[in-house]
Amino acid sequence: MNAGAKEFNEAARRNTADLRQHDRIQKALAGYYLKREDYQNRFPDWAGARDLAAEIKREAINHLDRYLDEFASRLEARGTKVFWAPDGQAARDYIVGVARQHKVRSIIKSKSMTAEEIHLNDALEQAGFEVVESDLGEYIVQLRREPPYHIVFPAMHLTRQQISDLFHDRLGSEPTNNPEDLTMIARRIMRRKYCEADLGISGANFAIAETGMISITENEGNARLTTSLPKIHVALVGIEKVLPKLSDLALFLPMLATAGAGQPITCYNTLYGGPRQPGESDGPEEFHVVLLDNRRTELLADAEQRDALHCIRCGACLNVCPVFKNIGGHSYGTTYQGPIGSVITPHLRGLQDWKHLSQASSLCGACSQTCPVKIDLHHHLLHNRRNAVRLRPAPMEKCLQAGLAFVMCRPRLYALAARLARIAQPLSRLVEGTVLDPLRAWTKTRSIPPMAVKSFHQLWQERKKS
Amino acid sequence: MTNREIILGRIREALKVVAPPPIFRNGAAGPSRLPAVPSLWLPPAGVTLGEQIELFRRNAEELTAGFFECANLSEAIQRVKELAVAGGWKKIGRHSGELTDALAQELGLPEVRTDGGYAVDDLESCDAGLTECEALVAQTGSVLVSAPSAGGRALSVLPPHHVVLARGSQMVPDLTAALQRVQKKFQDKFPSFLSFISGPSRTGDIERILVLGAHGPKKLTILLLP
Repeated sequence: MNAGAKEFNEAARRNTADLRQHDRIQKALAGYYLKREDYQNRFPDWAGARDLAAEIKREAINHLDRYLDEFASRLEARGTKVFWAPDGQAARDYIVGVARQHKVRSIIKSKSMTAEEIHLNDALEQAGFEVVESDLGEYIVQLRREPPYHIVFPAMHLTRQQISDLFHDRLGSEPTNNPEDLTMIARRIMRRKYCEADLGISGANFAIAETGMISITENEGNARLTTSLPKIHVALVGIEKVLPKLSDLALFLPMLATAGAGQPITCYNTLYGGPRQPGESDGPEEFHVVLLDNRRTELLADAEQRDALHCIRCGACLNVCPVFKNIGGHSYGTTYQGPIGSVITPHLRGLQDWKHLSQASSLCGACSQTCPVKIDLHHHLLHNRRNAVRLRPAPMEKCLQAGLAFVMCRPRLYALAARLARIAQPLSRLVEGTVLDPLRAWTKTRSIPPMAVKSFHQLWQERKKS
Repeated sequence: MTNREIILGRIREALKVVAPPPIFRNGAAGPSRLPAVPSLWLPPAGVTLGEQIELFRRNAEELTAGFFECANLSEAIQRVKELAVAGGWKKIGRHSGELTDALAQELGLPEVRTDGGYAVDDLESCDAGLTECEALVAQTGSVLVSAPSAGGRALSVLPPHHVVLARGSQMVPDLTAALQRVQKKFQDKFPSFLSFISGPSRTGDIERILVLGAHGPKKLTILLLP
């Protein structure tokens, strides 16, 4: 077992035992389930909507070269600077370069998981820049110096009391138990930051090829302020975010809101197609779009799992995942948690180091069923398991499988083995789950069911005789 | 080789292997013949203007936005005067426009106009932002604004109360129609900013409890004129 897997197992064990955290997650998600069901039922045909959404993303991803080229060309035609970043390092260097070139004093940032993926804030801070996260949940976890707990709800693991204590310690605010008061504390601080910041950094939810625009989905208005007031706007966009047509948004905006947050549509869905244009009253003087590959093309090259790039990061698969709900977001140790994280992290960061995530699944399929773009998530977990073994065979496992196959192919030997097992099982009970048990990894948390007195084969033979 | 060529090259190489066909719910493997019309799958929006206005009203109320149908401009002016008194407005932000000009004249409050640029602190200290819009979307209760129709990017999000003035002709049934409308209007000359605004700013980041006015307006009021 590698170090990452060990760390994961320990964190998962620790967090699963934390029943208070468990309760908070259940409580937070209970409201989501009800609302999501309500709004999903307002679609006359949700299944049809999923089919269409999956097909649109399939078209986009399987012609990604064409659509990306179109997207970039249209943006450039209206004065946007497009930078193609083959990896995280190139993207970080470019964005730090923009900040240096303009001698920016302060940076305001709206929520971006892609920026988390490349640890953009660390790079900017190391270069001497102050970066403030403007999304409330992101601001809270930034103050705690921890990564987001969930790709959509970054601070869902914290109580209002913890947040009040945090604000009191770090911002000197009066303690309060009222979520509205806490929100207003952040609002007041952020207002000053928006007005002072000279660089705004955002992500993007969709990249529209047809018109050369990015689309940002949010509820708070922090992304709108981040992209309106500073004189430079940099948007970091994964290359898989492309949608072919502007009209595709008519489907994707409501589906993202419904699946992601149990809302009919989020408060702000904003399209940006360039820097301030002649005749416009505000907006940044410079608009940079950084298109990030960072091994997405390796996932693209795996035709079997290519549909994992259809992901619109709604977080629905996390919300329904029994593993996520028990181990929580921080156990994963990844930027993207839950089923989608377990599927794509091995591609983005190395299969052998991250294959353990694909083992941590009950394969119940709730993720595949809830996904608005129909990614076959639980089968991809199986694909990852198979690929990991194929590339690095496990000799013990191979021997066991070969032995099993040998016995299964020989009925007499199989019957003998079954008889022996019936005798051996009561003896094995003596050591079950202890250090002496060779099957300890399995039996310490599970009991092997008792062998039947008669096998199916025997019963069948007896029935035929009578 | 440029980065652009490197990434596009990687993509073309990757796409040489064809992805397995998708499975549709009837079990049939693609290619499918799904009609590419999202409105078929989305909540219906009514046919007549009256139905659409009713749906818009219901959706706006659900989103906790205020919605008023006004018989004429003077009724709209009266409404805004009431809002101004109730909110204790001392200063408003606005842009020039047929409806905003007429309304601001009657309101007689000090104002910050965003046309052609403004000082951010001035706009930040306004009690309300008065804008027009591109369209109202019945299906979702959303207001579609653009840089030219709403005085730029910040006017509709920085002041704590956003008041929208719209005409009946701007009501569209659904998101598809709203996007078609701006595509037809702007062709290749899109503004740099377009936004669907659905209710006042909100957050649920603390224990998933809804709080209005996270960073943007705490109130949104939509006035519909004939």
